[in-house]
Amino acid sequence: MTPQSCFMVAAPIAPGQETGLRALLATMNTAPGAVDPNNALVPFARFDRLHVARFVILHDETLDDLRLYGTTFENPPVWLVFLGDCDGPAEAMLAEFAALAGAGLTRIFGHCEGFSRGGDLLAWMQGRSVTPATQYVNWVGRTVRQIREEAALHAALRDRLQRGAAAFEAQSPLEVHRQLAASVRQDGPPLTPPAPTPFPWLASKIGNMIGVPLALLVLLPFFVLGAPFFLWELRRRETSDAVIVPRPAPEHVHSLSVLEDHDVTNQFSAFGIVKPGRFRLWTLLFIFWVLSFSTRQIYTRGRLARVGTIHFARWVFMDDHRRLLFCSNYDGSLDSYMDDFINKVAFGLNLVFSNGVGYPRTKFLLSGGAQEELAFKYFLRRHQVPTQVWYKAYPGLTTADLARNTRIREGLEAQTMIEAEAGRWLAMI
Amino acid sequence: MATPNSEFADIQGLLWSGYGSLKQACFLLLRVTDAAAARAWLRDVSESVATVEQLRREHVGRAMQIALTADGMRALGVASTVIDGFSAEFISGMAGEEGRSRRLGDVAASAPSLWRWGGAQEPHILLMLYAEENLDAWHLQIEAGLGNGLAVLHRLPTTDMGGMEPFGFIDGVSQPRIDWSGERVPGTSADLEYGNLLTAGEFLLGHRNEYGRYTDRPLLDPAQPGAASLVVAEDDPARRDLGRNGSYLVMRELAQDVRGFWRFIAAQAVHDGDRIALAEAMVGRLMSGDALAPTRGQPIRGVGPNELDIARNQFTYDEDRDGLRCPFGAHIRRANPRTGDMPGGRQGLVTRLIRLLGLGHQDLSEDLIATSRFHRILRRGREFGDRIDRQVALRPDAPDPRGGLYFICLNANIARQFEFIQNAWLISAKFDGMSGEADPLLGNREPMPADHRTDGFSMPQPSGVTRRIDGLPAFITVRGGAYFFLPGLRALRYFAAG
Ligand code: HEM
Repeated sequence: MTPQSCFMVAAPIAPGQETGLRALLATMNTAPGAVDPNNALVPFARFDRLHVARFVILHDETLDDLRLYGTTFENPPVWLVFLGDCDGPAEAMLAEFAALAGAGLTRIFGHCEGFSRGGDLLAWMQGRSVTPATQYVNWVGRTVRQIREEAALHAALRDRLQRGAAAFEAQSPLEVHRQLAASVRQDGPPLTPPAPTPFPWLASKIGNMIGVPLALLVLLPFFVLGAPFFLWELRRRETSDAVIVPRPAPEHVHSLSVLEDHDVTNQFSAFGIVKPGRFRLWTLLFIFWVLSFSTRQIYTRGRLARVGTIHFARWVFMDDHRRLLFCSNYDGSLDSYMDDFINKVAFGLNLVFSNGVGYPRTKFLLSGGAQEELAFKYFLRRHQVPTQVWYKAYPGLTTADLARNTRIREGLEAQTMIEAEAGRWLAMI
Repeated sequence: MATPNSEFADIQGLLWSGYGSLKQACFLLLRVTDAAAARAWLRDVSESVATVEQLRREHVGRAMQIALTADGMRALGVASTVIDGFSAEFISGMAGEEGRSRRLGDVAASAPSLWRWGGAQEPHILLMLYAEENLDAWHLQIEAGLGNGLAVLHRLPTTDMGGMEPFGFIDGVSQPRIDWSGERVPGTSADLEYGNLLTAGEFLLGHRNEYGRYTDRPLLDPAQPGAASLVVAEDDPARRDLGRNGSYLVMRELAQDVRGFWRFIAAQAVHDGDRIALAEAMVGRLMSGDALAPTRGQPIRGVGPNELDIARNQFTYDEDRDGLRCPFGAHIRRANPRTGDMPGGRQGLVTRLIRLLGLGHQDLSEDLIATSRFHRILRRGREFGDRIDRQVALRPDAPDPRGGLYFICLNANIARQFEFIQNAWLISAKFDGMSGEADPLLGNREPMPADHRTDGFSMPQPSGVTRRIDGLPAFITVRGGAYFFLPGLRALRYFAAG
């Protein structure tokens, strides 16, 4: 199995360069929100281990909110971030970008502070790489290649079933399965067997699987002792922290919605400030630690708690833990995404986002918050920033498609099957 | 706190009834040409707007309802600070943004640039006339009384098709039921299962919605002109509620290709019985109105006690998980998947927790569609054009009946209700984990990126091999549409006062 990893290069945009950079990034799209996969700057389609990627300018319009928390953010940098998810190590991906899209990336990053055109691009990017606080991968181990092969398999099987419908109808599901499996062995489409799992990755995952619960166990007595103080302080803050959820300006909403719904999947990038003070930051660090454990050990097969529509997501601290970036790739429109959030995983969002400036009031970190339907929707929309360029390697395919195609492949390759299983397998096609 | 049923006199009758017994109806789309004169007219007619109170008290032989677009409010001189209190979708309008048109599927032949009305030709006021008889005379009289403040943009006459829509199916069988008495407490464990009784706030602004919250609407300072005549907002006692007892009215003119529909079906099946069965599979109900999915023994909150309602609506799709009775893609299975808050319905605390954390279930598609209660609409549509029989439609020389539906629905949150249903459930080619098919009746059949098709329709079979039809043509074309606000009577008078 080939594990996925994520890369992110972040650099402040040099003064006076933002407008030019926006114009340059726009040339990578055929229309706002629709990337040209073969664009001249970074021809994404040439990178066959790349799942998704984006360029985002993090221009935060909500910084003034901090005043209600009694502080300010002086001279905030405007970041350019380039991030994505790939098969295999992120370092290798960056090296590949430098090798195959060096000229384009040089033009882009030339708008950033501290970039020298003659220098070593790869080293520069590595020097500005940022690791996320938590990352989520819908299906750990499923490669771009596998996705494409399995989509081709689904199409081929559907086609063969359709064409042979008359003959197949008279046969038992098992027999149909046998014939289809034989036809794939003979005429393809080809299915590459999974690569061996890299040992260091496996070792570190097992270490994490044992280490985190162990650490939690050791810490447990301290938690129990500290809980009353923690809860008291938490409630004090929860009842007094300023809530800032005005309806987002129509122009802002428009700048976001022109980019959306060109594919069945959409991107989401949101940026906000962590509530000032150590209390919130440490709470957040702890939550991310536990969350990372869950996305590494538990939510690795198609869903994050009850939400199954997210392909990749991550939370990243910026500006020395003062700000937080959230990026995701989800199926459906933003409204259905937010409804899923509210109706299925409100508690999970509250855990993280309630530590952000302005979030709707929560109770004990878990309840309230996202359940304030409109306030929550306004909060998210208001903190969302337009994603200038966004690429996905398999347009038209949702996580549900990918999961179904994988199960079709597993069924095809199954050695033993009973009649009922074969029937269900056929129904999936 | 006042319960909705104590305010029947302030609520337009359309929230109570579709005026089914008033067989004649005509909708007038008006534009304001002179604000002061239009307001004077509005003041006059607001006295004759039918209310729920009236419908409950007496026999009503004719009824008038009035709704306004955001443009219409502007044209009447309503302050933009007031209009800004309405929802973003309403202010922007049905055709106001390309992104919205993409989401609603209003592209290609259904693009707003081709519409007869709405968008570039946005109406200001919708005047709905319903009558038992002599509609034409009344209609003439109304138009004559418009004065110089208003001009008729379009007249939308309707046809009584005897409770059927132009393809020949009985319509209006399933509707959500409003909790008028205000007893419902949403979000309890009862909502883990599907229910059909909804809080008034899902359809009426100013009342609690299914989240137990109040949907945004204009709340005015009592010192503002005209505001003193409005009632106090329940969630903000310092301000007056302009939205109270009003509802958003979504209207779309949907032309139906009746000949194309039956001809396509006839090409798929030879025998008349098989043809009907295919059309019924697309709808999800028999032509007689009964559901394809099996009805169940246990009652459903908000269904019945009327026998016919129980026979036709006491079902969910839990009893048809494989889609063998009612295909997953059938119109009514998409339009209302009848799911509760959590798959599996009521359960113990531990199971619930496990499910909440997403650990309990293996089948990935099981939990894709949840919580139908946040996505319901009250449908109030009427048909237009000639009614022709399926047999006639199949004749080569059949004339085009130019039939269709003035789709009308009421809801309190257009984005979460109408737009969500249209986008995520009906138009989506990915509904419920399927691929390659949109709503069999409504899909525009436009391919998605990377040439993924959307023009299929699939019917799971007991044998396992799904029966799949490809190449469905578009059966409906959108020819107009707008988002209106159907105000409460006090609010209507507020608009009239200017
Ligand atoms: C010309 C277009 C349309 C036709 C011919 C049509 C036809 C029908 C028919 C025959 C039914 C079954 C009767 C019933 O359950 O009441 C139905 C139900 C329904 N339709 Fe449509 N419809 C159309 C457009 C729409 C649109 C645009 C929407 C929403 C955006 C919609 C939403 C619904 C809903 C919510 C139900 C009830 C489902 C349930 O509660 O089980 N329909 N329609």
